[in-house]
Amino acid sequence: MSTVGTARPHESAHLHVAGAAPYIDDIAEVAGTLHAALGLSPIAHGRLLALDLDRVRAMPGVVAVLSAADIPGTNDCGPIVHDDPILAQDTVTWRGQPMFAVIARSRGEARRAAALAVQVATIEPLPAVLDPLEAHALQQYVVPPMHLVRGDAKAAIASAPHQLDGRFSLGGQEQFYLEGQIAYAIPQENDGLLVHSSTQHPTEMQHVVAHALGLSAHQVQVQCRRMGGGFGGKESQSAVFAAVAAIAAHRLQCPVKLRPDRDDDFLITGRRHGFEFRYRIGHDDLGRILGADVEMVSNAGASADLSAPVMTRALCHFDNTYWLPNVDLRGYCARTNTQSNTAFRGFGGPQGALAVEMVLDSVARRLGLDPLEVRRANFYGTTEHNVTPYGQTVEDNIIAPLVTELADTAHYRQRRAEIASFNATSPVLKRGLALTPVKFGISFNVAHFNQAGALVHVYTDGSVLVNHGGTEMGQGLNTKVAQVVAHELGIPFERVRVSATDTHKVANTSATAASTGTDLNGKAAQDAARQIVFRLAQHIAARWLVPVGAVQFADGRVTAGAHAMAFDDLVAQAYAARVQLWSDGFYATPGLHWDREKLQGKPFYYFAYGAALSEVVVDTLTGEWRLLRADALHDVGASLNPAVDIGQIEGAFVQGMGWLTTEELRWQPMDGSRNAGLLLTHAPSTYKIPTANDVPVTPGAFNVRLYDHRNPADSIHRSKAVGEPPLLLPFSVFLAIRDAVSAVGEHQIDPPLRAPATSEAILDALDAIGAVQAVQAAQAG
Amino acid sequence: MSASHPPRPTRPIRFFHRGALQQIDSAAPTRTLLDWLREDARPRCTGTKEGCNEGDCGACTVLVAERDDAAPGGVAIRNVNACLRFLPTLDGCAVLTVEDLKPIAVAHGQPAHPVQQALVACHGSQCGFCTPGFAMTMTGIYEEHCAAGTRPTRQQLADDLAGNLCRCTGYRPIVDAGEQMFDAPAAPIDRAALRQQLDTLAADATPLTLDDFAAQRLARPDTRIVAGATDVALWVNKQFRDIGEPLWIGRVAELRRIEVTADALHIGAAASLEDAWRTLADVVPTLREVWQRFASPPIRHAGTMGGNIANGSPIGDSAPVLIALGADIVLRRGAVERTMPLQAFYLDYMRNALQPGEFVARLVVPKPTDGTQVRAWKISKRYDSDISAVCAAFALRLDGDRVAEVRLAFGGMAAIVQRAAQTEAALLGQPWTEATLVAAQAALAQDFHPLSDLRASAAYRLKVSANLLRRLWLETRPDDPLPPEDTTVWTPRLTVPIHPETRA
Repeated sequence: MSTVGTARPHESAHLHVAGAAPYIDDIAEVAGTLHAALGLSPIAHGRLLALDLDRVRAMPGVVAVLSAADIPGTNDCGPIVHDDPILAQDTVTWRGQPMFAVIARSRGEARRAAALAVQVATIEPLPAVLDPLEAHALQQYVVPPMHLVRGDAKAAIASAPHQLDGRFSLGGQEQFYLEGQIAYAIPQENDGLLVHSSTQHPTEMQHVVAHALGLSAHQVQVQCRRMGGGFGGKESQSAVFAAVAAIAAHRLQCPVKLRPDRDDDFLITGRRHGFEFRYRIGHDDLGRILGADVEMVSNAGASADLSAPVMTRALCHFDNTYWLPNVDLRGYCARTNTQSNTAFRGFGGPQGALAVEMVLDSVARRLGLDPLEVRRANFYGTTEHNVTPYGQTVEDNIIAPLVTELADTAHYRQRRAEIASFNATSPVLKRGLALTPVKFGISFNVAHFNQAGALVHVYTDGSVLVNHGGTEMGQGLNTKVAQVVAHELGIPFERVRVSATDTHKVANTSATAASTGTDLNGKAAQDAARQIVFRLAQHIAARWLVPVGAVQFADGRVTAGAHAMAFDDLVAQAYAARVQLWSDGFYATPGLHWDREKLQGKPFYYFAYGAALSEVVVDTLTGEWRLLRADALHDVGASLNPAVDIGQIEGAFVQGMGWLTTEELRWQPMDGSRNAGLLLTHAPSTYKIPTANDVPVTPGAFNVRLYDHRNPADSIHRSKAVGEPPLLLPFSVFLAIRDAVSAVGEHQIDPPLRAPATSEAILDALDAIGAVQAVQAAQAG
Repeated sequence: MSASHPPRPTRPIRFFHRGALQQIDSAAPTRTLLDWLREDARPRCTGTKEGCNEGDCGACTVLVAERDDAAPGGVAIRNVNACLRFLPTLDGCAVLTVEDLKPIAVAHGQPAHPVQQALVACHGSQCGFCTPGFAMTMTGIYEEHCAAGTRPTRQQLADDLAGNLCRCTGYRPIVDAGEQMFDAPAAPIDRAALRQQLDTLAADATPLTLDDFAAQRLARPDTRIVAGATDVALWVNKQFRDIGEPLWIGRVAELRRIEVTADALHIGAAASLEDAWRTLADVVPTLREVWQRFASPPIRHAGTMGGNIANGSPIGDSAPVLIALGADIVLRRGAVERTMPLQAFYLDYMRNALQPGEFVARLVVPKPTDGTQVRAWKISKRYDSDISAVCAAFALRLDGDRVAEVRLAFGGMAAIVQRAAQTEAALLGQPWTEATLVAAQAALAQDFHPLSDLRASAAYRLKVSANLLRRLWLETRPDDPLPPEDTTVWTPRLTVPIHPETRA
């Protein structure tokens, strides 16, 4: 039986359920371990005039207090633009920015001492901007504006039969990885450091630590066996924690652990970018978009971090599944005095694509057409109308048959009619329905990140150890890579073990991000395994006197015609014959190119597709709502592991639903109050991610299926990346809410619904419809 | 953390963990069970995780077993948040953590506990960090249903899992596992053996009588009374407040009692929120929704009704409901008791009528008279385990079509939980018509001037409160009252027909 394509459990599942899967805080502490905590800026923007750190040093248990002056190398952890100090130097730019680090005998003592930050910092306040539109008005950006143009949008809009102007406000989202940020640094011989970091990007942590300490990369070893979730939040922003732990450990020559409290994690690190959209659209009578002029302003926060590539991906996903002949898309990354926003599953793609879905929803309502028909009318073609605004030809378009299959099997048309009749007789509750499609580009938008390495060791007993450059954050990467290696070697899955990601094993790795983990590392591990298979086949073919190509590896056996032997026996024999039983492997995604200035090229190896249909009920008195049913059909190519893939899709659906509904970020306005500039929703008590009760529990009411489709691109076993694309599926929930709200106005008035659609936002949209109706009634009267 | 608080001499704390007696001779009174497990226990028990340190994520969920003659096998087993549980409150208990599951399974000749088997088979873990907490909540569910010979519905599972957050799976496979765990050969905890262990501790422990407690309170009027610590633990964990040596009210058996008489419920101040709300919802079924939405099961197991009332938060959900029901509060100082209407207990923001040395002894909740209709609704961003933007509780009795009696209590609308006096006046004696409703809605703006905060704006609070009055009217109007399924999205849990061929 092939190990590839089977729904086997996560390789650590038996450890997870026993509490026996160690995360970094569970690693047995080395004797003498000290604990760090960060002193955070108590104001949103100001000149840092003085820090009275002697007061902090006098606190019980404190061993050392470090500030920017104590960093021997570069005080920077910005991943692209070097504008991100590890510890604040002359200015503070958000409330929660680390200013100093306390190192103490216990974590509690470190936290208590660090809490003095509010008393020991002398800061001259400067004007603070929290609102991205205000920053945009001031032309305050973290990177230069970006512009993606095709055709003449303004002319196309002007000559179109219909014009639509609109605005849409879309909130950010906290990753809320269950395991918070953490790093544990242990000094090693000869000026070396071992850093255990909960990170999606060990190589970048290695670089940041080396630069901060003025060390060479080979002196710094970064390890990560597993994360308790990452979702993008541990791609670049694990750096400040890794750097501080490393700086302290290096200086004190003691092991130092830094595990911020959940509240501090919220206050220090950034999230998914909120976006503000302003658009002008021209369309025809069928709802086909003829021209789109769109301004996107993202809330970048205090520094650049990954805001530029996030905006690039937003601009490159405004098309979603639609042919847009004329576009003028402008992206602005607004600098505000809030946490620096960063990667989060989807990386700008969901923001860009939701904007066009809002547009089409409005277009359909204005024309009195079914929104699904308007979407279909705009779909990319397969032979024409198939070039994206950024110049890539969509060669693998399957959206039309996929959507048809979902609409048919989930009874879209029948339920539309049922809902209309329900709403006609229901005075308080209104139901809504929406079907939204997904197309998501797979690869890093920066071509050179699309590479990976792996090591496969076959030991003399036939057991196998795999190491690769990807990181395990729950997504099942190690499970899939082990399946790939077991398949190549023709051995049972249980004979393959995957070890911690380690910069001392595989060098120069890319972040495990952009959904590419399995595509890149699976191919690299396959390459390594194939080299070993080839050497073993060569060895045994010479003994059996058969062609190398005739040797087969399957079911733990090696065969060629009538010849057969156990894999383990062959390995032992080959070792004795001095055959190399381990190998490296490498993969670079072919055919990618990208012009960063013009925003043109072929940034994506292929596209992943999907669609979802959601039905909700909304209470028009309170704005409360509930998801009644959701059906999703999603394309993962030929699945490497259907159980893992369905888990990714369902998880992304619920996470995306949270983003668009209950997960609201609120900062205290700059009102002169004690809390001015503070992120008020900085813990699960105030920031509400979905619970089990937010997902329909009736059997069949939450129904996720895989679309039967092999990836035409030569990906690992013709599978497709799955991490991010399904995050777009719950657009259907948001638009179903909008549909239910719209029912109050007999679908004649476009509800101005903002995201997240909290009950308050929904009631505001209902009120807005009521206000329009009142005006209309007055005019009619 | 122990070093930051100089250990105070307390009598040894003794409890069972991993089958062995643990004796803690000296620990800060606010040392949490979570920190003890992860840092002090030998061997360290790192299976229990810290996700938020404030009782909202459930990664630290453990089971606490106590002697309870009314419970199956004489042992009550409840899931709680280890991050909020101070060590001294475990004296005389047994603690079960994820590390205990394998020994339980092995005792039944199985390699892994049915909960663990089901979670693996259903793909219930991804990153795995929340998983031990889920496993423990599910073990609690498993124990409850094994003892009763029942199986939970998927809806009950979702309700019982409300205190455990998972960011990876989307929950479906975990709920699946909750069903499937009953398919494996049964592996319940040996309650008889557990009871024997607990009895060995009980033999030494001196029970605290109500009189003793009252005397201690009188002698130490400035001491903080702590029950479930579901709020106080946050002062310690997040604000580093030193609360000194608290007075544990949970030790007083008489205060944990709930009595239902012919005309009233008598709820001891130390009765758990779960027990108190279950009893309330038994007597007044329309309170079921607020019960289910009141915090999470682990918080309801730890927290107490008296704590929620005495804490006096304007956004606590007990007070509006009890005030609408016309409850009295009984306060005790030394040997002296006094009784007052609950609404009179609250004086101003976080200020109440307690005198030095006095404490809340119990609440007396009259059963609604025949014909009195009770409604209570909570408005928050999330269904489960969220703090109310508004919590409204209404009791209404009509005489014919006229409003004969009405109590409208609101949380989240003022500095204290309050009745809407002018709104009530606008209703009393009036015919229960839409015109009367509209007048009452207008009066609401005179009664309340709510705040804007992270949970809701002032405008939304006022608007939604007025609309909840309309919901009340729709459900209770003399002509054509609407059933709840026409007025709220929650009750009953509406479903859509699932066309058979689309079922997975």
